[in-house]
Amino acid sequence: MITQATEEHGHPAHLEHHFSTPEQQKSAAKLGMWIFLATEILFFGGLFMAYGAFRYFYPGTFVAAHAYLSIPLGGLNTMILITSSLTMALAVRAAQLGDRKLLVRLLGLTLLLASGFLVVKGFEYSHKLHEGLLPGKYFSAKGIAGLPHIFFGIYFAMTGLHGVHVVAGMIVISWVLIRARQGRYSAEYYTPVENVGLYWHLVDLIWIFLFPLLYLVK
Amino acid sequence: MSASDNGAAPRGAGEGAPRGGRDQEPDPVAGADAPGATEGSYLSHRGVLSWIFTKDHKRIGLMYLVAVLGFFFVGGVLALAVLLELLSSAGRFFSSDTYNKLFTLHGAVMIFLFIIPLVPATLGNFFLPLMIGAKDVAFPKMNLASFHIYVVGAAILLYSIIASAMDTGWTFYTPYSTQTSTAVISATFGVFILGFSSVFTGLNFIVTVHKMRAPGMTWNRMPLFVWAIYATAVIQVLATPILAITLLLLIFERLFEVGIFNPAMGGDPVLYQHFFWFYSHPAVYIMILPGFGIISELITTHSRKRIFGYGAIALSSVAIAVISFLVWGHHMFVSGQSELAAMVFSFLTFAVAVPTAIKVFSWVATLYRGSIAFTTPMLYALAFLFLFTIGGLTGLFLGTLSVDVHLTDTYFVVAHFHYVMMGGTFIAFLGGLHHWWPKMTGKSYSEKWGKIACALVFIGFNVTFFSQFLLGTHGMPRRYHHYLPRFQTLHVLSTVGSQILALGLVIILVYLLHSLFRGARAGVNPWGGKSLEWATATPPGTHNFASQPTVSAGPYEFEEIDEREGEEKDEEKDEAEKGGER
Ligand code: HEM
Ligand SMILES: [Cu+2]
Repeated sequence: MITQATEEHGHPAHLEHHFSTPEQQKSAAKLGMWIFLATEILFFGGLFMAYGAFRYFYPGTFVAAHAYLSIPLGGLNTMILITSSLTMALAVRAAQLGDRKLLVRLLGLTLLLASGFLVVKGFEYSHKLHEGLLPGKYFSAKGIAGLPHIFFGIYFAMTGLHGVHVVAGMIVISWVLIRARQGRYSAEYYTPVENVGLYWHLVDLIWIFLFPLLYLVK
Repeated sequence: MSASDNGAAPRGAGEGAPRGGRDQEPDPVAGADAPGATEGSYLSHRGVLSWIFTKDHKRIGLMYLVAVLGFFFVGGVLALAVLLELLSSAGRFFSSDTYNKLFTLHGAVMIFLFIIPLVPATLGNFFLPLMIGAKDVAFPKMNLASFHIYVVGAAILLYSIIASAMDTGWTFYTPYSTQTSTAVISATFGVFILGFSSVFTGLNFIVTVHKMRAPGMTWNRMPLFVWAIYATAVIQVLATPILAITLLLLIFERLFEVGIFNPAMGGDPVLYQHFFWFYSHPAVYIMILPGFGIISELITTHSRKRIFGYGAIALSSVAIAVISFLVWGHHMFVSGQSELAAMVFSFLTFAVAVPTAIKVFSWVATLYRGSIAFTTPMLYALAFLFLFTIGGLTGLFLGTLSVDVHLTDTYFVVAHFHYVMMGGTFIAFLGGLHHWWPKMTGKSYSEKWGKIACALVFIGFNVTFFSQFLLGTHGMPRRYHHYLPRFQTLHVLSTVGSQILALGLVIILVYLLHSLFRGARAGVNPWGGKSLEWATATPPGTHNFASQPTVSAGPYEFEEIDEREGEEKDEEKDEAEKGGER
């Protein structure tokens, strides 16, 4: 499998001691990331199951209540996130090419877009708060057929947890951004950038499922 | 008598087996360090901080071991208290509230803090990298984080349950868990945090097995313990997130009264059960699969015979991992799921018994005409075969719809899961602990006391829990401390058994601790094992192997057993207190 030169100390600085080659280290890190993404998918999978169960129990409620979500704002956020996925992908490419300046800029842009997403989401949430379109016992709006307190419970659970993931994504993007500015990455070593990119795409992907399921119910 | 006196010594030394025998490096391993290689032992580092922040998988494994066994002690004392209370049919020592609190704490400690991390995080952490010839796990920092997170989660869970006198049982069933005024939110949050530690361990092991194997260590040459830990890791990674979201939804439900689990608000309490068991049934295989792995190692090594059906055992672990995700409904036969669902779940429950039985038959076939040494680890392996078979078969009783309707929520279920979890996993763990103790600590324990304690544990266990099978079939419901007087005899028997069991466990603790200070130095390979962990120094050096090992043969290439040797073994058998195993 691997041929070794254990005792040599001429290995690159980023190679951790317990790995024998940079390739081994890199493929381990990537496999680890993919498994982590699988856990995230299962985690949200549970929420999607809850969504599915209640949509099945109360289809009328979902149709009636979804009308109170703003499709323009949701659509805008979808565009923002897709664009941020693009800038992230370009950032990974910049890292591969060893272009530090471009990498830093694109990561910065991705961060900006992520904050834009949160701002829009914030507007939506404060609007819901005003109207009393809230989960469970805090629900106070009138005139929606069915069991809207459950719909909004699910809405806030799903988008809220997604929002937490956006924030986590921003934290790790900032982390690679700082390290990119320090010049820690090169065309030989950019695994963290790639892994953070993978994570960000997943956050994006989850939203792409959330948007139609919540906003575009028929 | 030291472990190495009693183990593999007489065999392998025979003619025709030029390189076998104890304290020799196994043939198929080239480049591994010779016994007593010069690199410092991993235990030579001093200082508390050097332990708390170590990234060495062996030391993390040991820290986990101490923590996990500490919680076992807590959970065990609670169990003894519960059983003392059951001595009299009117309940003597505790109020009903206290009793409910006791069994909740006992269950939560034993499940979340003890048995889930019991094998992977301790023996798995220590031996998985050694067995595949790696310097460490793939992500040492994450491994350490897993331990720290475990400690934090455990503290939160324990504090919440104790401080608020929580009494929901370990399953946190709704609607009670959403209505009680106790600290369900922080307790479930503690379990949520513990989930991260479990996922980190699992993720780490999967990547380690895929990426860190030594040259020549093909999948078919991996020891079965590694296969089992691998299959466990897959379940840990895939099932734990579901528990995480379940608990978050429960927290959400309590914070906002969303109503998703509350029928009065249009929700469905059974939905919670679906969520919960979708994790918790696979979780029972997180508990038992590593035990299976240990048993495979013990049985081959201590009967010096190549394992029967290597591929079948390895792949049946994977099959169990897959099927285990499809049987959760057998915990809900009386919860009001549809008849069709119940039938499908019942059928699939039977299906999961097939790969399980394949393992048991393979172990028995391995023993057949093996050169069995009745060492302490082997006695535990035999005890496991006996106890797990009872536990597994009674699982099938419970998986049978018409029978389960009568037995569910009785002591029969209690006995079933104690036979599989304690009689299965914990007994296997004890066997593994004895098997690897010399390698981990560099010291030999007393075989004589080992056997005595094993016999006590075996007898005590059966007395405690077999009586509970009988109680269950007579209709004694679980979780009650006031009961009809006609159940009393069996309850008393069960309590007496628990005292014997506890005595056995205390003896184990005493002689193991004694061996640390007074034990004879252990050899490099006291049992004549053929897998890589026996090829390195005892105790292993900080970096596991002095130079990168390469592997050219499977892990169980024992020398052919001499036909006549079987008879010579007879005297040894008598000495080995086989009586306890029957
Ligand atoms: C052949 C394998 C097995 C089968 C067919 C089986 C079947 C069952 C069934 C049908 C129940 C539900 C009984 C009821 O509530 O009415 C049950 C409960 C249980 N089983 Fe198993 N089981 C098996 C192995 C295991 C193993 C290996 C473990 C753990 C190591 C385990 C742990 C449990 C636990 C903890 C419960 C009770 C949960 C509770 O209600 O608190 N089982 N089993
Ligand atoms: Cu089950």
